[in-house]
Amino acid sequence: MRTMWRNTNDSYGRVSITLHWLIAVAVTGLFALGLWMVELDYYDPWYQRAPELHKSSGVLLFGLVLLRLTWHYSNPRPRPVGSTWENRAATLAHAALEVLLLATLVSGYLISTADGRPIDVFGLFQVPATLAGLQNQADLAGKIHELLSFILIGLAGVHALAALKHHFINHDATLRRMLASRQEPVD
Amino acid sequence: MLDKTFIRGLVVALALSGPALTHAADYLIDTDKAHAFIQFRIKHLGYSWLLGRFNDFDGSFSYDEKNPEASSVTVTIRTGSIDSNHAERDKHLRGKDFLDVDKYPEARFVSSGFKENGDGTGVLTGDLTLHGVTRPISIDVTHIGHGPDPWGGQRRGFSGVTTLTLADYDINYNLGPDAREVELFLSVEGIEQPSE
Ligand code: HEM
Ligand code: HEM
Repeated sequence: MRTMWRNTNDSYGRVSITLHWLIAVAVTGLFALGLWMVELDYYDPWYQRAPELHKSSGVLLFGLVLLRLTWHYSNPRPRPVGSTWENRAATLAHAALEVLLLATLVSGYLISTADGRPIDVFGLFQVPATLAGLQNQADLAGKIHELLSFILIGLAGVHALAALKHHFINHDATLRRMLASRQEPVD
Repeated sequence: MLDKTFIRGLVVALALSGPALTHAADYLIDTDKAHAFIQFRIKHLGYSWLLGRFNDFDGSFSYDEKNPEASSVTVTIRTGSIDSNHAERDKHLRGKDFLDVDKYPEARFVSSGFKENGDGTGVLTGDLTLHGVTRPISIDVTHIGHGPDPWGGQRRGFSGVTTLTLADYDINYNLGPDAREVELFLSVEGIEQPSE
């Protein structure tokens, strides 16, 4: 047996699967962390640490998303399971998730870099500011960031429910093939 | 000899005619060219001062050398213009924990009285509306100077200091026991306006 890294016409490879679940966990975690950290008391030990974690993980997530997009477009797409309208809806939802995710990441970046300060990523490297100093930038980007993150999580919820519906109601392979890649027999 | 009633009548008439006979001058605070500042400082953890300012405000005052007690001042501050030199902190300060600028976009000071101490200082009293709460405050004022400017106008300037307790204005975010009060430092230069 040989590990299947790439996608095939009917299944996801290791890379796609790992990236999908890493991103899903990171997005959900960042959402919860974001909601929690803005309520922290000034004297809370996490008052400084939580936003640092949020921003640093967010930047790393951006890297994963770029990697995922590159991989997605350089691999075969597994044939969708389900009816035509389901496939259209799924394609649309996946594209929307991708766009929302990128927009959430960018709006978050624009809050933190609004006055030209770079973002420090776990003390390893810094992401410099680019677009800075716009009128009310931090506030506007903040409102957009909050709104987008809610829409993103909402849509991801629908997306997850659809996956569960395929698994438990249609009894098809949609969720299973996103959970484990098939092992290819060595010929 | 003048009749006492006549004199009394004259005094009353003078007082009523107000600015027309006395020489109260009206001044517009020079925010256009930024010769006016509203700065604040608050202790950070009790270990240092955090400084900031409001960038967008306007106002006017009237001042009469002969009758300084009749002076008056109005200043309106756009609270969203708070600037502590850190965008993320300013965002927090503009938010619900502090100024809530979406709900309370303006703060206003309207004077109600002025007492000069005779040594170039005085006490200005009035109502400050901040975060939707109106309270009387008093500001210790120093008259800095006045006279012609090089461009054909007349100017007059004051500075003032006052201390506010944040909780008085329903701003209750806990910044620690040493950061319950904020000091305001005001510096205004007025340009005399032609009287109508
Ligand atoms: C924030 C979280 C999530 C994001 C951003 C996300 C994003 C995506 C994207 C963009 C795709 C398309 C992949 C491709 O075509 O290469 C996808 C596929 C998939 N996702 Fe998610 N996902 C998330 C959470 C979840 C969850 C929680 C589940 C399951 C409970 C799930 C199940 C699936 C499945 C089964 C597929 C494969 C669909 C197919 O084969 O057509 N996802 N996801
Ligand atoms: C998918 C990724 C992300 C999600 C789901 C997310 C989610 C959130 C949420 C829910 C909040 C709280 C919003 C509020 O109640 O005001 C928040 C706040 C914030 N996020 Fe994100 N975030 C993400 C990525 C990022 C990134 C990449 C950055 C910066 C590099 C960032 C910077 C911030 C900042 C600075 C705040 C604080 C806003 C404030 O102080 O009110 N976020 N985020």
